[in-house]
Amino acid sequence: MRAPLSWIREYAAVPESVTADEIGNALVRVGFEVEEIEYHGADLAGPLVVGAVLAIEEITEFKKPIRWVELDCGESTPRSVICGATNFMLGDLVVVALPGAILAGGFAISQRETYGRTSDGMICSSRELGLSDEHAGILVLPPKCASPGADALALLEIDDVVFDIAINPDRGYALSLRGIAREVAAAFDVEYSDPVHAIDLTAFAASKGGVSVKIDDPTGASVIYIRTLENFNPRAQSPLWIRRRIEKCGMRPISLAVDVTNYVMLELGQPLHAFDASQINGGLHIRRAGSTASFTTLDGQVRTLDPQDLLVADEKGPLALAGTMGGENSEVSASTTSLAIEAARFAPTAIARNARRHKLSTEASKRFERGVDPSLAQYASARAAALLIEFAGAAHLATEHDGEPRYSPTVDFDPTFAATLTGADISNATVAEKLRIIGCDIEEKSANLWRVDPPSWRSDLQGPTDLVEEVARMIGYDAIPSLLPPRPVSPGLTDSQQRRRVVAQLLADRGLVEVQTYPFLSDATMQVMGYRGERAQAFRLANPMSEDAPLLRTHLIPGLIEAAQRNMSRGARDFSLFEMGSVFRKNTPLPAIDNPAIDTRPTQEIIDAIYAGVPAQPIHVGGLLVGRAEREGWHGRGRVYDWSDAVALAEAVLMTCNLEWTIARSDFAPWHPGRCAELLVGGRAVAHAGELHPRVVAEYGLPPRSCAFVVNLSALPAREIVRASALGTMPVAVQDIALIVDASVPAADVAAALRSGAGELLESLELFDRYDQIGEGKVSLAFTLTFRAPDRTLTGAEVSVARESAVEAARLAVGAVLRSV
Amino acid sequence: MAIVGDLQQWVEDALSAISSANDLDQLKSARIAHTGDKAPIALASRALGTLPAEERATMGKIIGQARASVADAIAERTRVLEAERDSKVLLEEIVDITLPAQRGYRGALHPITILKNEISDFFIAQGYGIAEGPELEAEWLNFDALNIPADHPARAMQDTLFVEPLDARLVLRTHTSPVQIRTMLENEPPIYVICPGRTFRADELDATHSPVFHQVEALVVDCGITMAHLKGTLDLFARKMFGGEVTTRLRPSFFPFTEPSAEVDVFFNGRWIEWGGGGMVNPRVLKACGVDTEKFSGFAFGMGLERTLMVRHGITDMHDIVEGDIRFTRAFGVGL
Repeated sequence: MRAPLSWIREYAAVPESVTADEIGNALVRVGFEVEEIEYHGADLAGPLVVGAVLAIEEITEFKKPIRWVELDCGESTPRSVICGATNFMLGDLVVVALPGAILAGGFAISQRETYGRTSDGMICSSRELGLSDEHAGILVLPPKCASPGADALALLEIDDVVFDIAINPDRGYALSLRGIAREVAAAFDVEYSDPVHAIDLTAFAASKGGVSVKIDDPTGASVIYIRTLENFNPRAQSPLWIRRRIEKCGMRPISLAVDVTNYVMLELGQPLHAFDASQINGGLHIRRAGSTASFTTLDGQVRTLDPQDLLVADEKGPLALAGTMGGENSEVSASTTSLAIEAARFAPTAIARNARRHKLSTEASKRFERGVDPSLAQYASARAAALLIEFAGAAHLATEHDGEPRYSPTVDFDPTFAATLTGADISNATVAEKLRIIGCDIEEKSANLWRVDPPSWRSDLQGPTDLVEEVARMIGYDAIPSLLPPRPVSPGLTDSQQRRRVVAQLLADRGLVEVQTYPFLSDATMQVMGYRGERAQAFRLANPMSEDAPLLRTHLIPGLIEAAQRNMSRGARDFSLFEMGSVFRKNTPLPAIDNPAIDTRPTQEIIDAIYAGVPAQPIHVGGLLVGRAEREGWHGRGRVYDWSDAVALAEAVLMTCNLEWTIARSDFAPWHPGRCAELLVGGRAVAHAGELHPRVVAEYGLPPRSCAFVVNLSALPAREIVRASALGTMPVAVQDIALIVDASVPAADVAAALRSGAGELLESLELFDRYDQIGEGKVSLAFTLTFRAPDRTLTGAEVSVARESAVEAARLAVGAVLRSV
Repeated sequence: MAIVGDLQQWVEDALSAISSANDLDQLKSARIAHTGDKAPIALASRALGTLPAEERATMGKIIGQARASVADAIAERTRVLEAERDSKVLLEEIVDITLPAQRGYRGALHPITILKNEISDFFIAQGYGIAEGPELEAEWLNFDALNIPADHPARAMQDTLFVEPLDARLVLRTHTSPVQIRTMLENEPPIYVICPGRTFRADELDATHSPVFHQVEALVVDCGITMAHLKGTLDLFARKMFGGEVTTRLRPSFFPFTEPSAEVDVFFNGRWIEWGGGGMVNPRVLKACGVDTEKFSGFAFGMGLERTLMVRHGITDMHDIVEGDIRFTRAFGVGL
């Protein structure tokens, strides 16, 4: 909402000594965010005078039409200037900048030679005067609005300050000068004159004979007034002051009928609509669209109607999308001589839906959505009628109305609640004073029970806390002390939070840089990755940010690749990234949910259903390893990341969580099918690691053999209390075994077989060598087995038995043969 | 007592050989030569058993002294020669100790993670728990339960990303407030939690906005909670984030889920900065969660982590935070 200071001062008796900055700060203090304070006319300097056009000579020898214009500027002799605009006639009043004047943007005017003449000033456009962006032609003033030579700066009220104020959705009343001025008056505790009080209703009593109106659907509107005017002069122009105020508020003057409805809306906050009464067939009805299929609004758009759209219609069909936009069929035109002025209190929900369904947010709908003072329909329509009578010679034919204003109920209020909720020391007297300032009536039923009647324009004041906010903002939030609440005992981080924190720290310590990527993917990416199963079940956004990325990620690798590509494009070669975050998979049925009302806590059954409708979103941690793990340097060649680095990092995550795992070969996408490890905890796959699929690597331009890992942190077993075991102190017996197996046999299977065969005496087992040069598709795997008994020194015989049992187990499981030395 | 004379001679010879040893190898040879099996001392020791009992004690003492004096001399000479070797030989093994020792590359945590941890630790110290919830969230928890009904203009204030099918009523949460609702639905007061997390709005990425961003919100529900507690907690939090000198300012504002509501500004680096919003939890929200409003009141506030980070660290472009450029992130290390 843009509010000119000159207009604010008309209603709020703010002393002249108060500066615009001080008013801006006061507005902020009472809850109105001032986005900008504009100083109009600050860059203009006179002499700027009104000139009457005495003679026009068209000069045609140049590329564009040029006029040599003789002007009466109230001086002893006429003044002649060159003008490039042609939108004025003999006798018109225009604004003339005389030599010495400075126009918007620091443009200095002087006498100058141009087009072969001496131009002794300049005729100004609205833009050159800083009035608006209008620059298609020069500004033509309304006839007889001033005498030649009059000071145009004063006439146009150019010097002014305009506040651009952000209005919160609960304060519809402040989308008007009436509302803004009320706040300013309250903030400075000065007298306020409500413009509504100046409106005389006596000439506009309800009477039959004009356009009739009926609210067919009372859920759409509570009250409506239609004032019918005749003898309207369609050629009548808006007076300068109305045009100027509309311009300062950021709207464009259009025609008298439109300007008056806009002016009254800005003044009071009540949107109005003017119909050409001759285009109305029968009476008006406020009704839902129902089966009415379509309708053309005055912006020329054909609107396909929803059955629930609220309309203003006549016997034949829709005339307006109620509270949103009028129709082309009943628009006031250059031949209109009778008007029907509509002022209604439409239901905020109905108008919000109208506007949303048709993506049509208008000055009117913005106000109706936020709730318009129900008492205004009667007054604002009278105000508009009076202005049209005054400026267009119109006459009031009749006023018909339907419905009654519905006001918010009173609020029972314990005045001490203001102090209880704010923690500030506020007396009952102060509470009463502040509530009255904002327009409440108070009936003191008892010391602790007041019946507070909010003013008609404050439909947002529905409960005690709403009243406390009013009191608090009027005393100022600065008056509230700063205290700490009681300090309870913190539960600290949960095990899961602790784990995530330590895992992130671990990976950072291992040289990985954390990224946080957008979780949006394209269908093409899903294809390239080769996801199957639940990772192919992505949620699709109904309204994606970009059509290129309408899916929610089911896996972390694509985001990591994108971040890697960005780093590579900026010159990075050797690096590793990790990300920790949720993935989304549409792997459970999604029941349709009906959102319950919130008057009370919904039943547990309903809450359970709402919870159950939200899919599980496991937290993964993934890493991408690109280029070298170790630098090339004085110590030798750099070491390039390989699949084992990725596996080691996935294992490190599990190790950090104090878990045991087994490892198996996997062909999980998007990894290389021969170089992907699956890590299982308790038999459940929780991680994958290895080299990325060459196709993926090539597709995204990653260095060959880039590696990656992903661990599903949500799949890891919960932390368990470690049970300490007795430490054996007896000597160990160490045995080395070399086994020959088929190259296709996983070492993990050989190790598992050895472990199972070696029995309880085995303390640890380690692979210390792998030799693949023995041919025939065989490899040699050499293990160190360490044996220990808790209570005795093992004999050679015992160790031999265990060792042979281990080898036999490996022979049975994987066909291993002891390698002869 | 020829043995005694032999011993004296042996000690002299040994000491002489030890002192003339010029390096550790010569010393080793001298030690073997003079203390070996055939050395007089060994012979004397072996002979000790043949002596009469009365001589054995005296002789044993003499042998012990001789042995000790030679051992002491060896130890001392060893120390001297080792020091000499160290000063010569180890210096010959000199390396350029300033060569780059790091073979790997430097890792780092994302500054948002660092900030989230810092805030979590701060509030844990104030007695709070850390509550979390899903990013793809039920519309009812994200809007309705927060007193943002379907047609309220406040719902249009946030451009929400919905997933298909629409009748599943799932949204990418537009704030972390649904976690507050979940916390109240699942727990009885007193409640002291913060909810840090990732949030989504359909804003185009520019210098100050990102469609994916992070918030931290706080929720306190207890007996006798007032706006003064909101203010006190914000003051303390602001000083933790921006340093002991900062002051905060509350401005009246509007949020459907709080009443009264406030914008939270921080005076930092010489100007007021919009930091977040808060207020007293709207009784409609408390009731929707089954909290007894006769007994309990509460406050809530929230702010953007990206905004906090940008203000505190002088980051001028949101792109740096979201793009994952390792040069940006590495500068923050792990937050120490």
